[in-house]
Amino acid sequence: MTSMSDLFSIFVMQGFNGLSAFCVLLLMALGLAIIFGQMGVINMAHGEFLTIGAYTTYLLSEVSQRWAPWMNKSYFLLSIVLSFFVAGAVGFAIEYLMIRRLYKRPLDTLLATWGLSLCMQQMFRSVFGPKEVSATLPDWLMGSVQPKAGIDIPINGLVVMALTVVLTSVVFLGLYRSRVGVWVRATMQNRVMANACGIDTRKVDRLTFSLGCGLAGVAGAAFTTIGSTGPTSGSMYIVDTFLVVVFGGAQSLIGTIAAAFGIAQTQATAEFFLTGSTAKVITLCSVILILMIRPQGLFATRVRR
Amino acid sequence: MATTVGTPLSAATATSGMARWASLMRERKTAVLFLITALLLLVLFPATMSAFRLSLVGKYLTYAFVAVGLVICWGYGGILSLGQGVFFGLGGYCMAMFLKLEASDPITTKIQSTPGIPDFMDWNQITALPMLWRPFKSLLFSMVAIPVLPGLVALVVGLAMFKRRVGGVYFAIITQAIASILSILIIGQQGYTGGVNGITDLRTLHGWDIRSDSARKILYYLNAVLLLGSVYLGQRLLNSKLGRLLVALRDKEERVRFSGYDVASLKTFAFVFAAVMAAVGGAMFTLQVGFMSPSFVGIVPSIEMVIGVAVGGRDSLLGAIYGTLLVNFGKTYFSEKFPELWLYLIGALFIGVVLVFPNGLAGLRNVSVARLRTWWVARQTAGQSGKPVSAASTASAPEVPAPAEGLAEAPVTEVAP
Repeated sequence: MTSMSDLFSIFVMQGFNGLSAFCVLLLMALGLAIIFGQMGVINMAHGEFLTIGAYTTYLLSEVSQRWAPWMNKSYFLLSIVLSFFVAGAVGFAIEYLMIRRLYKRPLDTLLATWGLSLCMQQMFRSVFGPKEVSATLPDWLMGSVQPKAGIDIPINGLVVMALTVVLTSVVFLGLYRSRVGVWVRATMQNRVMANACGIDTRKVDRLTFSLGCGLAGVAGAAFTTIGSTGPTSGSMYIVDTFLVVVFGGAQSLIGTIAAAFGIAQTQATAEFFLTGSTAKVITLCSVILILMIRPQGLFATRVRR
Repeated sequence: MATTVGTPLSAATATSGMARWASLMRERKTAVLFLITALLLLVLFPATMSAFRLSLVGKYLTYAFVAVGLVICWGYGGILSLGQGVFFGLGGYCMAMFLKLEASDPITTKIQSTPGIPDFMDWNQITALPMLWRPFKSLLFSMVAIPVLPGLVALVVGLAMFKRRVGGVYFAIITQAIASILSILIIGQQGYTGGVNGITDLRTLHGWDIRSDSARKILYYLNAVLLLGSVYLGQRLLNSKLGRLLVALRDKEERVRFSGYDVASLKTFAFVFAAVMAAVGGAMFTLQVGFMSPSFVGIVPSIEMVIGVAVGGRDSLLGAIYGTLLVNFGKTYFSEKFPELWLYLIGALFIGVVLVFPNGLAGLRNVSVARLRTWWVARQTAGQSGKPVSAASTASAPEVPAPAEGLAEAPVTEVAP
């Protein structure tokens, strides 16, 4: 009967791997679901905002290691908040300098933000060096839980998962149950009418964009618990993230969640049987095929255009 | 046309006369620019440059094929493809497969455990030539496959997307994903494709050594003539009714659809045209440079091809050639001299061109003193009447009033609705 329990362990571990991949994708996609899904801005530099969050966490961990050992245990919580504000502030500046001039030309936003991402990558390289760095994790993030022999669940994965749940709920409540969310959705759905109702749409644009960037920053902070950070680590996810948002159906948060889940599970399952690159090709191909059949994505809100 | 309906007859004929004169002048200007480019590529460059520099220019000119295709597809049709590397790569790989098979005959590869197959297959423990490779033993098949295979891929992708009215941003993202798929596939299937290194060590084309200096020169001329030919073809296309339709499509897709045109087929045509152009460029690249690798297929090269077009002017075929040459020379120069600066520079170039010069270098041809004055006066009055000028100043070229201009030079302000 050992083989049966082995099989069960493999099944659980595999499911957990898929879930962690899902959380990573969803964390990335949350910010983009707001920036691209709601605002329609194609932010190719989204990955770099993630990197900003990761480097912020790294810096804070270095600071606490060198000068503030009392922070060693708790700095990670602080870094999540700080990452949000640093990435959000950079996003605010970028919106003011660049994005607001391009709202009417979405394809040009794509090119301009691609240029921005190149500049930011080089900036990271100049400041932090080309080598990958990793934050020193506090003890409580290390190790794993063993609910059963053969099943080994890493704590950092659990933390990322918890963070994903919290952030997703916050975004969901913020977007659909709060006054600001009403402003945001009103502006994105009908700008002229929202303006007429007394909403300062320019301000909403700026706020929404920096919010999305801030979320990417938090995702970056969470990533430091899983892997190391390099100048280009954010840009590796950008195509996947865009596919998640498109696949789920822009403007639909539930769609984004479902798409992230579907893509991550397909990838994790295929990886178990095939090589990594084949699994990736199969996942991307099936996403594109489904998009050809259903171009509006999985969960499309009906809009009259 | 619609605007002249309500005006008196004399005014209407005067306007159309003016328009005809203007279009004649524009055609003459384009012809002169075309001749200058031809002289530059065919006489000046070969006469003044060393063999090394010339082969470098030849390499850049293969990217210009992609640029010419993008001008038709993106600049005029409004379809931004971020996957042109796919077609460049497919064309290049078709050529490279033929050349590689010719370079690995049983005599030169007799030290391999399986003689007669490409060396990288032998390294990957493949003992027989894969089915996929067999047809590429024939020169005729390879030559046909270079334009046809990428064209078919573009046809399938284009029809699937455009029939279901996937356009604009979504199309750009999906083409990007396709580029990423193909490069992952090539890198992953090392035994069949040569992996990251690509297909290297190509020697002869049907017995003719392509590595000698004389062969390189001949290939350069062939490349330049083909490029000029494709520019001519592109210009003919743009002057035809089809070109007009493409512009109309870019600016008001719904109206074209309601006028009874098959929008999906039009778009697919533009996309396939661009794909075939890119494929020819890829094949010429393989011939001149002597290898092909996945680093010309993925997302980054695909976007770099777009920037050349944006810099040169997305609505100008010749501008795209100059833009591509400029960007690539800049890349070579800066990445040799100041590798740190290069990424900043190209990033700034992307941002600057999009924000300040949406029409690129070619936009400068419309700038004259009189127009600058009109623009300045308009700006001043706008400033005095207290209107915000920031929006107007960001896009200087489109703000210039263009009285006697046809559709062909309509400013690119709104690419998608």
